[in-house]
Amino acid sequence: MGLLSVAIWLPIVAGALLLALGRDEHAGAVRWAALLAAIASFVVTLPLITGFDTTTAAMQFQENLPWISRFNVRYHLGVDGISVWFVLLTAFITVIVVIAGWEVITKRVNQYMGAFLLLSGLLVGVFCAVDGLLFYVFFEATLIPMYIIIGVWGGPNRVYAAFKFFLYTLLGSLLMLVALVYLYVASGGSFDILAWHKLPLPAHVQLLLFLAFFAAFSVKVPMWPVHTWLPDAHVEAPTGGSVVLAAIMLKLGAYGFLRFSMPITPDASREWAWLVIALSLIAVIYIGLVALVQQDMKKLVAYSSIAHMGFVTLGFFIFNELGAAGGIVQMISHGFVSGAMFLCIGVLYDRVHSREIAAYGGVVNTMPRFTVFAVFFAMANCGLPGTAGFVGEWMVILGAVKANFWLALLAATGLISGAAYTLWMVKRVYFGAVANDHVKALADINGREFLMLALLAAAVLWMGVYPKPFTDVMQVSVTELLRHVATSKLQ
Amino acid sequence: MNPMNWPVVVPEIVLLTMAGVITLVDLWVTDAQRRVTFWLTQSTLVLVGLMHLGRFADGSTLYGMQGLMVADPMGHLLAFFAALAMLVSIAYAQAYLASRDMLKGEYFTLALFVYLGISVMVSANNFLVVYLGLELMSLSLYALTALRRDHAVAIEAAMKYFVLGALASGFLLYGLSMMYGATGSLDLGEVFKAIATGRINKEVLSFGLVFVVAGLAFKLGAVPFHMWVPDVYQGAPTAVTLLIGGAPKLAAFAITIRLLVDGMSGLATDWQQMLVVMAVGSLLVGNLAAIAQSNLKRMLAYSTIAQMGFVLLGLSAGVVGGNTFSAGNAYSSAMFYVVTYVLTTLGTFGLILYLSTQGFESEEITDLAGLAQRSPWVAGVMTVFMFSLAGVPPLVGFYAKLSILQALVSTNVPADVWLAVFAVLMSLIGAYYYLRVVKVMYFDAPQHAEPIRRSSGVSALLALNGAAVLLFGLLPGGLMNMCRDAIVKALAG
Repeated sequence: MGLLSVAIWLPIVAGALLLALGRDEHAGAVRWAALLAAIASFVVTLPLITGFDTTTAAMQFQENLPWISRFNVRYHLGVDGISVWFVLLTAFITVIVVIAGWEVITKRVNQYMGAFLLLSGLLVGVFCAVDGLLFYVFFEATLIPMYIIIGVWGGPNRVYAAFKFFLYTLLGSLLMLVALVYLYVASGGSFDILAWHKLPLPAHVQLLLFLAFFAAFSVKVPMWPVHTWLPDAHVEAPTGGSVVLAAIMLKLGAYGFLRFSMPITPDASREWAWLVIALSLIAVIYIGLVALVQQDMKKLVAYSSIAHMGFVTLGFFIFNELGAAGGIVQMISHGFVSGAMFLCIGVLYDRVHSREIAAYGGVVNTMPRFTVFAVFFAMANCGLPGTAGFVGEWMVILGAVKANFWLALLAATGLISGAAYTLWMVKRVYFGAVANDHVKALADINGREFLMLALLAAAVLWMGVYPKPFTDVMQVSVTELLRHVATSKLQ
Repeated sequence: MNPMNWPVVVPEIVLLTMAGVITLVDLWVTDAQRRVTFWLTQSTLVLVGLMHLGRFADGSTLYGMQGLMVADPMGHLLAFFAALAMLVSIAYAQAYLASRDMLKGEYFTLALFVYLGISVMVSANNFLVVYLGLELMSLSLYALTALRRDHAVAIEAAMKYFVLGALASGFLLYGLSMMYGATGSLDLGEVFKAIATGRINKEVLSFGLVFVVAGLAFKLGAVPFHMWVPDVYQGAPTAVTLLIGGAPKLAAFAITIRLLVDGMSGLATDWQQMLVVMAVGSLLVGNLAAIAQSNLKRMLAYSTIAQMGFVLLGLSAGVVGGNTFSAGNAYSSAMFYVVTYVLTTLGTFGLILYLSTQGFESEEITDLAGLAQRSPWVAGVMTVFMFSLAGVPPLVGFYAKLSILQALVSTNVPADVWLAVFAVLMSLIGAYYYLRVVKVMYFDAPQHAEPIRRSSGVSALLALNGAAVLLFGLLPGGLMNMCRDAIVKALAG
């Protein structure tokens, strides 16, 4: 069994065992078992980076077994420079999520922890799949645990949010399924993504395929105007659910653009890049302004996520190396930063049970240690140099300048609104005089909360100060991808 | 010319004999000893099922009773699955029947006759034999529906089922008689040859075909011949709904293949159009009407209509422009769909039976409220069934839908690709009402606090059923290949 299989199945099996055997009577044991499984799942992904060959764009750590012979579907796994960091990110975030739910979740603990472990394995599977159908199976299967997580442990309007989340994403991915089946038939009976990359396709077919993929991935990213499920899902989901949604599930959409849309339909992608760029700019500018007026902290961070993902899609569809690499770096950094932002809100929510900005004020007076972290992550969210948030956005804007100056100028306004809504929230929540008795009664973070925030802070700082390991790994793959996109596949 | 070839009909003979034996034995057992008849019935089904499985593995095609019956791999495989479905249905139903004073010998005898009818249908090679099997099955099912004779709803359902079913049989018989008139033969092979000559009066053929397709659509429960489905599913005792919704679907599929493909594939362009129209109607009506249902059985009935729409789509993709190169692919996809659908449906209705107690039917969707807290295992199994019916991977329902989509897209006809898009959009609507069941089980608070305790045997069977849906989802290849082998050999034979 290869490394990637272990990375996928270890959390899934552990999660299934917790679901089957766990009881609320021994919730403590369940928590420790979940933590151990999550840590073990993370540790097994480490050799992927240490053993990664940065000189080749080919798939590495490959496993290739027949799976469904009737349709020539193969259990084909592999990672390249684009996907490998996301495997680690997923496993890392799962550890954080388990820690974050430690004391907060007291009912049906085994189901909560089991669902997150299952989700983690499935998400790793999405990033590792080199077979189109295998990708789809993992991609869709992630909906089930997330649906349950939002619906069971979510807020007051959780049922609505869970349905909206499931049906929205299902709509997009079903259209993608037809596209995958079409590619299977067109390629003469193969679900191999790498074979699809080389498949010549006429222009009108490329357009339809591009639109089908676009339906799936733009909902997932999410891009304006199909983003409306995200604020609902984020607000209603429990803290852990929001973290996984923001940190990883949104990345599935962006990753899909890189793995499917751009290389399989390069001509349509180039022809329709204006559409993606326009929607990305709307996300960056308009959604940035929407974030400014939010009263609810989680909603604010949800809209800020959409705006930040706008940078990612913008970077991809300007088709230069800085833009694409910047987009991927932004995906990783957003994984850390948005996860951390949601955890900070979770810390406050656990104490006061409100997400309204107006319910807080002067938190720094009662929670000084926590405020250090919160302000640091807020700075990262604005893209302060020296934090992870800066690197990706800066690269994308530099890439955009190369493509078109005005494009870059418009994108850069996103940085301003980003700073505005984040800092304004920080001012209202953390600074000033103590606003009310709830804030006065706040206790500072305990060791568990310190640990999870410190881990994320270290990651954010590392990526901001020394992003080279990240960019080195992806460079060859990004170059190869762009070379591929530049080559016409028309017959 | 054609010998009797008795070994071909041994399973049917065994069934008939045992049905008679069980009726007689049951005269001498009291209600307390009813287990005897139960186990006799089950062992008969096991025996016959194994016979069919063995012959399927053998892979040969034999004709018997002077060409009236055919024993080919497709027939054996479907008969095997039908035996399995009957076996599981009866096992699920037993406790329910016992607690309602319905566990009499009639149930077992009639159930065996239902299976005998199915067995005749799947191996019929003659118009009249098809009809004979169909009537045997249908009449037994009508009687079973009315088994609870002091229960007004059930009697009403039985009446509806009987009247509409008789009408459908009339349609079918009328259509078959037109076919006979046009081709001069009742034998499927002869009819096929006669149509292939192209010298038959096309008007009479098309006229007959319309009636045949209408009759078949009735049995499959496809729009616009679906009206009986919701009423009968809801009105019949759940133990009988299980019998109606399970094995007979396999038989309906079998006779569709026998009549339309084995007999009339020369008219494929005609009947494919009808199937497409019915499929589109079924997907629309089934999915949209299911949303509005509050009764779980009725919702599942509409969902059945929608699922049959998918089967019809698969059947309609077999012949492209007179070319049969994709026939094996399309029909085996449809067969895989039916088989996995029956597997999932059995579990779903089994679970409703499992949750019913004396005087409590548990058939409203709200009856499932908070099931995840009362019994995480049962809720988990039901979730597996619901997501499978919705077609979410990694459950088997997804691969069934995938096979159908693949069959449609691989015809390379643009209209079929758009039909595939339509089908996935409809299954999006379908996802909503399946998700609602999961929502009720997991997100809502329970109405009854007491945990659920039932006999461990049925619990184990349900868990096994759920595990099968999951396992065939993780490794669907084997079952797919079985279906393909069966269809390919049936087409060649």
